[in-house]
Amino acid sequence: MFKGKGLIALTGLTVGALAIILMATGNPPNMGMCIACFLRDIAGGLGLHSAAKLQYVRPEIPGIILGAFIAALATKSYRSVGGSSTLTRFVLGFIGMIGLLVFLGCPLRMLLRMSAGDLNAWVGLVGLVVGILIGIWFINRGFTLGRVNRQNSAHGYVFPLIFLVLLIFLLFNSTIFLYSSEGPGAMRAPLLISLGAGLVVGALAQRTRMCLIGPVRDLIMFRDPYLMFGMVGVFVAALVGNLALGNFTLGFENQPIAHTDGLWNFLGMALGGLCFTLIAGCPLRQMISASEGNTDSAVTLFGILLGAATAHNFGLAASPAGVSVNGQVAVMAGLAVVLVIGFALSGARVLQQGRVTESA
Amino acid sequence: MPNNNTVDCRGLGCPEPMLMVKRQIEAQGKGKVVAIADSEAARENIKRLATSQGWTVQVEDRGEEWVLTLTK
Repeated sequence: MFKGKGLIALTGLTVGALAIILMATGNPPNMGMCIACFLRDIAGGLGLHSAAKLQYVRPEIPGIILGAFIAALATKSYRSVGGSSTLTRFVLGFIGMIGLLVFLGCPLRMLLRMSAGDLNAWVGLVGLVVGILIGIWFINRGFTLGRVNRQNSAHGYVFPLIFLVLLIFLLFNSTIFLYSSEGPGAMRAPLLISLGAGLVVGALAQRTRMCLIGPVRDLIMFRDPYLMFGMVGVFVAALVGNLALGNFTLGFENQPIAHTDGLWNFLGMALGGLCFTLIAGCPLRQMISASEGNTDSAVTLFGILLGAATAHNFGLAASPAGVSVNGQVAVMAGLAVVLVIGFALSGARVLQQGRVTESA
Repeated sequence: MPNNNTVDCRGLGCPEPMLMVKRQIEAQGKGKVVAIADSEAARENIKRLATSQGWTVQVEDRGEEWVLTLTK
């Protein structure tokens, strides 16, 4: 059957195709399966922010987490680990998320927007690549968050269990969550389609280690195209789907849930690219890694969730009208903090002969 | 077990294992390099990197971790 490059290409194609199906059955346009947007909606659904149009506990997310968890258990790749710069990862997830919400999407949504002809997303791609390049510069100078330690397996079960509980409440149509009555949060594919798509994506992404930061990073650092097959797969499937359904409109103006401020599309994505390069993977990858037992990634996910809530509580997130002054200040402050973290954690420690040793 | 051509990648996230192995095989040019990995991602990444640079890779499964012997 499929393995290696074939399997990850198939995974990318499947993610792109499922995103198109989810949009066709009710999810917001060009959003399909945006991890950042869905975590923001979950933050809203849990009452962590009060943007009334962005509240829904998206079933795709528990689906992805449980799909990856089951795949990891079934293939014996589940392993509970943690304890490598956990708080720093939380902070980088938090700041990175603010960058993504100034752009309006994670790297996955960026691909979906690109495939629908949204040229603002192509500006975001340039920002993403620049952010990754800065991250690579730090990594080459010895930036490291250190090594994880093995933990009792039970620690790693906590993260999937939390989302299993959310899913159970969701399946019983619980009224403890908030549900948008208009706006993107009110645009929902049927619950079982969303959940099923999530399970498939989670399992496939766990097996292939799909990531949307890694493709650019590995190509630049090692000329390794493996992960790029997944990224290109998403774009190709979504492009074909958008062309077939007549959703392709080339241009900057009037794109769904997007703004046309090029500078902030660029800087938002650059901040996201830098943060997620330093923590070794895009929001999807963090989520998969957390589902495989990495409790540091789980804490990072909660940093991302809090970042989403903060972005909306303080008006930092962009809207189709553009980026607020608060949002611009937050991106610049975020860049400053991340550069300080980057310098603080590189140089002093040098990777040498497989050991992390203090340099002179 | 670790000696000067052993690269201990245990517990490290992407892309550190690949970077460490790349630096080691480039510094040595040929001979034997041993890499220890404890995640599927690191194991597969190291294997792909070494193979693409013309090294032969042998993987030994030690349950909790893998020992990859690279020769050229």
